[in-house]
Amino acid sequence: MADAEDRPVGRRKFLSDAAAGTAGLVAAPRLGANAQANAVAQDQGHQAVPSDVALRVKALESILVEKGMVDPAAIDAVIDTYESKVGPRNGARVVAKAWTDPAFRKRLLTDATAAIAELGYAGAQGEHMVVVENTPTVHNLVVCTLCSCYPWPVLGLPPTWYKSAPYRSRVVIDPRGVLKEFGVALSDDVQVRVWDSTAEIRYLVLPERPAGAEGLTEEQLAALVTRNAMVGVARLSGARGAA
Amino acid sequence: MNGIHDMGGMHGMGPIDVHEDERPFHAEWEGRAWGLIRAAGPFGPERRRNFRYEHEILPPAQYLQMQYYERFIRLLIERLMAAKLLTEAELQSGHADPASPRYTPRVTPASIAEQFGRRRSLRREDVKVRAGFKTGQRVRARNIHPVGHTRLPRYMRGHVGTVLTDHGVFGFQDTDADGYALPDKPQHVYTVEFTARELWGNTAHPRDTVHAELWEDYLERP
Repeated sequence: MADAEDRPVGRRKFLSDAAAGTAGLVAAPRLGANAQANAVAQDQGHQAVPSDVALRVKALESILVEKGMVDPAAIDAVIDTYESKVGPRNGARVVAKAWTDPAFRKRLLTDATAAIAELGYAGAQGEHMVVVENTPTVHNLVVCTLCSCYPWPVLGLPPTWYKSAPYRSRVVIDPRGVLKEFGVALSDDVQVRVWDSTAEIRYLVLPERPAGAEGLTEEQLAALVTRNAMVGVARLSGARGAA
Repeated sequence: MNGIHDMGGMHGMGPIDVHEDERPFHAEWEGRAWGLIRAAGPFGPERRRNFRYEHEILPPAQYLQMQYYERFIRLLIERLMAAKLLTEAELQSGHADPASPRYTPRVTPASIAEQFGRRRSLRREDVKVRAGFKTGQRVRARNIHPVGHTRLPRYMRGHVGTVLTDHGVFGFQDTDADGYALPDKPQHVYTVEFTARELWGNTAHPRDTVHAELWEDYLERP
């Protein structure tokens, strides 16, 4: 759905555009493919919503800033939090520590919230963590079929596919098909456990440590750990059964 | 409610975009939108509906077509309009009505950092509630169809599973038919394991399992 209008622009340019006013930008004629959708929306009585989402967000931001309801620096702070503080690199450090420190691994599998907090990761959407461990015979997968629940302190915001219909609908009924789509082929003797985050528990998958990574430091190991492996849709290269 | 959001087990939703990189936002507007949603969050009607229910009642065709952050923005706009904090004319012009009241931001860069660090647990250490089920016990997910917000997915209803974990007492999140909170009813939440075959029949893999956390009210003795 992203078209040329949606491509990232510098934050400063985005704000200066917003400050300069967006009256011209929200007018329908520039909107190309979306104009038709807008016409349909207007027929249905949704005229309040301009058609192009990027422009709508920009217009809304200018209005709420002008009204004094929103401090643009708070928006910058949210973006900066997810771009530089909270994300899958946090989870990767948890995983690498579990691979190198057996006592930590044990604590992580018994009381994940407390063990993860030892590394300084805690807070919203990480209040009740459970870590599920992949083994040669068990493969874990995490989903939120109803919504988009995800362990923010260790993984950040969920990827688009995690929040989208294809994954949410299919992973509970055909987990092996989904894994295949991600390039993971599992043999029949491996059990697949799917965790549907319906309540307040948030899950992190502890992937198998890749073979041949014995001499690496904790930091080097963390660099091998991917977001997808911690959701359970990837196995790390070298691990048994990897596609 | 039996809405489009409750999609576990549906077919025909298409391929998964498996090549997405690990960046949190893939367009400038996504980050601005998410930040705006957090920053404007405290403004809106006094009496709030469950925010997930607000998503769930979107017309299905729109729910499926909208991008994730687009849905949040649409609902933020609706909420601000309902509270008379925003008008259609303002959205069309891209500017605040000069005559509209001026406010003070309720969210600041400092409070963003504080928000991220804050535990907003629904666990209720303050009440003692007896657990109706024990670890290892067989339970059936009730065949119920609440019209408000519920966390019992359709694909589990009527099926029998095993209690794996008792997570303790949590506030019940189901709402009334209009999406407003029900009277407080804290209760135990359990992780229940279902075999894939119990949920999907004999074509499912014999070893595979599906787990969910279910509130006590969702469960009965089989």
